[in-house]
Amino acid sequence: MTERQPALLALEDGTVFGGFSCGAAGETAGEVVFNTSMAGYQEVFTDPSYAGQIVTMTSPHIGNYGVNAADMESRGVFASGFVVRELSEVASNWRSEETLGAFLQRLGVVAIDGVDTRRLTRHIREAGAMRAVLSTLDLDPASLVEKAKASVGLVGRDLVAEVAVRERYTWGGEAPPECEIPVDTGILPASPRFRVVAFDSGVKYNILRRLSEEGCEVIVVPPTTSAAEALALKPDGVFFANGPGDPSAVTYLYETLRELLGTVPVFGICLGHQMLSLALGCETYKLKYGHRGGNQPVKNLLTGRVEITSQNHGFCVDFGSIGTLDVARSGGLDLDPADLGAWVRAGVAPVLRSERFGAVQLTHVNLNDMTVEGIRALDQRAFSVQYHPEAAPGPHDARYLFGAFMRLMEGHDDVFAGPEKE
Amino acid sequence: MPRRDDIKKILLIGSGPIVIGQACEFDYSGAQACKVLREDGYEVVLVNSNPATIMTDPEFAHRTYVEPVTPAFVEKVIAKERPDALLPTLGGQTGLNCAVALAESGVLERYGVELIGAKLDVIKKGEDRKLFAEAMARIGLDTPKGGYAYCVQDAEEILATVGFPTIIRPSFTMGGAGGGIAYNIDELRDIVIHGLALSPIGELLIEQSVIGWKEYEMEVMRDVNDNCVIVCSIENFDAMGVHTGDSITVAPAQTLTDREYQTMRDASIAIMREIGVETGGSNVQFAVNPADGRLVVIEMNPRVSRSSALASKATGFPIAKFAAKLAVGYTLDEIPNDITRMTPACFEPSIDYTVVKVPRWAFEKFKGTDETLTTRMKSVGEAMAIGRTFTEALGKAFRSLETGRAGLGADGKDVFDEDHFDRMLAVPNEQRPYYIAEALRRGRDVADIVSLTKIDPWFIDQIRRMVEVEQSIKGRPLESLTAPELLKAKRFGLSDVQIAYLTSSDEGSVRARRLDLGLKPTFKSVDTCAAEFAASTPYYYKTYEEEDEVAPSDRQKIMILGAGPNRIGQGIEFDYCCVHAAYALSEMGFETIMVNCNPETVSTDYDTSDRLYFEPLTFEDVMDIVEVERPMGVLVTFGGQTPLKLAGRLEAAGVPILGTKPEAIDLAEDRQRFSEVLDRLGIAYPAAGTARTLDEAVEVARRIGFPLLVRPSYVLGGRGMVIAYSEEYLLRYVEQATLVSPDHPVLLDRFLEGAIEVDVDAVCDGERVYIGGVMEHIEEAGIHSGDSACCIPPFSLGEETIREIREHAKNLALELGVRGLMNVQFAVKDECVYVLEVNPRASRTVPFVSKATGIPLAKVAARVMAGQPLSEMNLPSEDRELGRYCVKEAVMPFGRFPGTDSILGPEMKSTGEVMGVAPDFPSAYAKSQLAIDYSLPDGGTAFISVCDRDKRAVVPVARHLHQLGFRILSTRGTARSFRAAGIPVDEVQKVHEGRPNIVDALKNGEVQLVINTPFGRETRSDGYHIRTAAVQHGVSNITTLAAAQASVQAIEAMMQGRLEVIALQDMNGDLA
Repeated sequence: MTERQPALLALEDGTVFGGFSCGAAGETAGEVVFNTSMAGYQEVFTDPSYAGQIVTMTSPHIGNYGVNAADMESRGVFASGFVVRELSEVASNWRSEETLGAFLQRLGVVAIDGVDTRRLTRHIREAGAMRAVLSTLDLDPASLVEKAKASVGLVGRDLVAEVAVRERYTWGGEAPPECEIPVDTGILPASPRFRVVAFDSGVKYNILRRLSEEGCEVIVVPPTTSAAEALALKPDGVFFANGPGDPSAVTYLYETLRELLGTVPVFGICLGHQMLSLALGCETYKLKYGHRGGNQPVKNLLTGRVEITSQNHGFCVDFGSIGTLDVARSGGLDLDPADLGAWVRAGVAPVLRSERFGAVQLTHVNLNDMTVEGIRALDQRAFSVQYHPEAAPGPHDARYLFGAFMRLMEGHDDVFAGPEKE
Repeated sequence: MPRRDDIKKILLIGSGPIVIGQACEFDYSGAQACKVLREDGYEVVLVNSNPATIMTDPEFAHRTYVEPVTPAFVEKVIAKERPDALLPTLGGQTGLNCAVALAESGVLERYGVELIGAKLDVIKKGEDRKLFAEAMARIGLDTPKGGYAYCVQDAEEILATVGFPTIIRPSFTMGGAGGGIAYNIDELRDIVIHGLALSPIGELLIEQSVIGWKEYEMEVMRDVNDNCVIVCSIENFDAMGVHTGDSITVAPAQTLTDREYQTMRDASIAIMREIGVETGGSNVQFAVNPADGRLVVIEMNPRVSRSSALASKATGFPIAKFAAKLAVGYTLDEIPNDITRMTPACFEPSIDYTVVKVPRWAFEKFKGTDETLTTRMKSVGEAMAIGRTFTEALGKAFRSLETGRAGLGADGKDVFDEDHFDRMLAVPNEQRPYYIAEALRRGRDVADIVSLTKIDPWFIDQIRRMVEVEQSIKGRPLESLTAPELLKAKRFGLSDVQIAYLTSSDEGSVRARRLDLGLKPTFKSVDTCAAEFAASTPYYYKTYEEEDEVAPSDRQKIMILGAGPNRIGQGIEFDYCCVHAAYALSEMGFETIMVNCNPETVSTDYDTSDRLYFEPLTFEDVMDIVEVERPMGVLVTFGGQTPLKLAGRLEAAGVPILGTKPEAIDLAEDRQRFSEVLDRLGIAYPAAGTARTLDEAVEVARRIGFPLLVRPSYVLGGRGMVIAYSEEYLLRYVEQATLVSPDHPVLLDRFLEGAIEVDVDAVCDGERVYIGGVMEHIEEAGIHSGDSACCIPPFSLGEETIREIREHAKNLALELGVRGLMNVQFAVKDECVYVLEVNPRASRTVPFVSKATGIPLAKVAARVMAGQPLSEMNLPSEDRELGRYCVKEAVMPFGRFPGTDSILGPEMKSTGEVMGVAPDFPSAYAKSQLAIDYSLPDGGTAFISVCDRDKRAVVPVARHLHQLGFRILSTRGTARSFRAAGIPVDEVQKVHEGRPNIVDALKNGEVQLVINTPFGRETRSDGYHIRTAAVQHGVSNITTLAAAQASVQAIEAMMQGRLEVIALQDMNGDLA
């Protein structure tokens, strides 16, 4: 057997994990988080929202089916590094084009396997997400712990600029210079129904694929694009994407969104949801260890249905901070707007009144921890969800939200018809 | 939506006896359902003929009917109980089919009973192959090409479009019964005829073969609000063509990209909606073409299944329990996740370990049958193992099988058929995984093995890595292995025994070396959520990692060793005893720790004990747990042979063994010392001897005389046991027997021909002995007690004999120092009582005795073992009048093994049992027969052909049948004695006498009852042909005279309409 290169993962609190290098050689720092998806490691690894993070997969066997161009969620890998229990040496799947190990090496991504990832996950669960350094070069635990302590964290950090495109491009059209559009670009509309401007803050390709499939011409613009520039493109709707880092640090983006409110229908996913919330005057806060996985139950308070969703976020919206409860529009119930569990039990989607933007409704709640998963600005033709209706990886239960965006652009009021009964 | 208040009383139908394809997983699911519905305030009525189930314990349902699971009997229960609803989805195929029959015949409507969980049209769409394919076409899902056959001609026409090989799947059967793969027209015709007979609606799907495609299963749940979740994905190691029950399966799926997985998820949910499963769990099977990912739907089961039991154990998500709650109106988001407590059940479990299930076969019991694995399930049980990685779980699963192997080969027991090596790889068979590992050891390419086996390259590569690790330590001295090397071996699933073999060392040294190097295993939790949330349910598996999650409590704790995978002779009865021990010890305030590796069981439900370790029952694995938990005692006498054989080594290692000491167990097994005990007590026993060599065997035989009962020592279920009538036969046998158990000698007993066998189960606390039950066997001595019917109370023994039997049992228990359960087998011949054997442990009959008498014998024993004297338990008088007869009858799997002879003998072959209860013996016997065959003939032709020894005694049987209106048909010899007795008889030719003969008559459906006692020991005799034809054509087939006598009385009782239903709660009301 060939000798394997050792590697170390050191956390800022002094906890150290040993293993073997299974990607590129090197050293990398980031916030260490875990993802509980059992399949879809390639989509996770290529999701730009993981920029600044070292991702551990709780599923022990990673890389079994290799990597292929069609499952890319962006032009590369933006996460700082990966931690797995066992990286497969072989790839077995008819679509596989290379092994995961070769892919990580090719893209220069540092990764470690052989780690007790369950211990790491439990540690993060108890102690919270924290800074860490992963190295194949420096194998001195004390030195690595020091480096972890000295590394920059996520709070207050704008990572959007690092992952977003710098040039505007049309999805499915000519690729921007730095963008290798993968083979599968989704079904392009023959004659688009709508034109959507998508602010790229690290957008996952599957969002663009889904918008295209719904019949949209999607123009992807850099996050620094101004409201006027966006409106000059004469969009039927504007989309705000997922992305990495601390939402409260991306002030320019939610300020642009605020300017757009009321002028054009708005849909936001993940960071885009946080942008809408911040634009509406909500506050955001950091979760202890975030939601990352493909099995998160979310209740749609308007339909009563539960969606199993794909999630990846470390920050969350504080719904109660938006304004005062509109009891009349909240089923006549005078419950604490911040106690989301109470609204879930009552089966009512509460409406708060913001001074500037009018009625804002809580539409979706995470049933695991009763946190905000979706809101709608009823007077502003805008809605957003914290989770990933585009899936990739994860279940397709929330795909109807793309349809909801179409209905919003069509001028309907009842956009959340809910998941269609098949 | 909250629980439904418009229904108050719910009827549950169980799955009846354990048969191949339907094992104790339905006790697990049914027990969960009973429990949860009861907790929710519903009145639960249960029908199940299987007394060895936990669900039929009187406290699980309000009204428990141990009655045949047939429409006729269930209708009687409905008429008596008038339930509001019937939940049909938790009793396997048997329960479902029974519910369908009741719905279709209008019984449910007549009594105003609502089907909940699955409506009639849903069940039909899911189970009827044709309706199912039409439904799939409607939602745009592919199914393999094929058509529906209702006769052989149909099948041949469809063949033109699908070609060979073709898969034949009957509608409404389980475990692939009646199905198969046909490679030529003869095979097609055979399978079609057989399959049509077994399908309740006479419909077969003749399907394009997708042999070699990858096979997957999805476990789906749906509630009334249309919330759907996938509980678990399962990937089959074996490609399509092997029944999933006979496949090694792995959870979660390993080689699907998320895109493919989500396509399958979407399809599964679409299928639930299209079929219309409103609430509950279903299982959907898919095949995927490895070359291009094409997905086809194979089938779905709109009910809980074997796979859902596996998925529940694999994820910690209790499907059956939730299915019952969903059926009464709850939604998934209203049910809390049992394990995290803080999050809802409306989610999809994420697992951070790998689960491997390996089937357990028993081909050695069914000589002459085809051992190839096909679409017809042949395994009798399974073991599941959990490890962080596939290899770790695979190694554990293979050492859990109780086949004497310590892993996937490399244990010194590898034997390969060099002449057919590649064939053993190419044709699916029990040994194939060992051949795969060996091929890799010999340097064969992964690609080469993939092309022969059609198994996914990822799995083969995993085994390659395991073999690589194994080979890297092979031949090296143990002391030279470094800690990282040894750790790696453990992480790849190698057992201490394998490492010992590879390093020419012994298990003890490996363990010592391992611990010296500080290599201790760690235990991790099964928590449904990959550690995202804290788990409150202590459900653990062992692995070699950095962090150990077990925090042993400081309570007084007792560890119970389970029974391992089901096999013939070791079934649900022992699991029943283990579960009862857990309940009783818990009631006494002890913390209970269960160790077992059988996913089908109630014992491996995390609710059963305070702590559950899902681990193999080997010395290594048990010791690792003992060292963490440090129990005050370990119970080894409840789980049958599996834990019992560990008793000595555990005790030697300083582990406190609770109850009867291993020394006493050995004493009862030691012929010489035991006969001294019997002599001392003045108890008679058949002359006996022990032989270690051929010469010794001959010498003993000449001393004792023939016929002789011969068997290897230390076996359960009469494995390898025969009756020898001649020296020549004896010698032939002894040569073979040494293979069965090389460390132990062969035992020879004088065979008491024609004696009545009696079983006694008793509990002893060292001072007092409580006789739980005296069971009189129906079949005479010579038939394994597990295969013979028996009755409580005895129906023909004299009072004096019974008194003597009780006396002997008590004296034996005290003399042997039994603390806990003891089973004694007696033979009564010519008024003389002989002791055949004593087993100071739980026996197979404990659940039956408990159900029949209302005394929970296993619980009583567990209490005794934990120190409570019998005198404190207020047990009723042991010789009280029960006022009823309870008959236990064994269920034989011959229908599953075409070609094997269906005669009974000293080697046990039955898979399960049923119980019949009635005020008189014939009625109770009739019920037991109806519970197995689901019908008894009430007229027509009875074919009788018996050996000379039985000719005189069979005459009254024939006369009785004649009086009941049967036409009697016999071969020449038997006919002559009937004519002499003045009984009208028609004659038919024997097989070798020409055509038409009796086999033709059987095939033509002209015979409704066969009474045929074996003529001799030559195989392939006339009798063999008659019996196999009867089995194949589903004709009631009786092979002993005693059973014939009882059956005729039973037929009479049935024809007179004397069979009424009775609830256990009414029988034992005074004792509850």
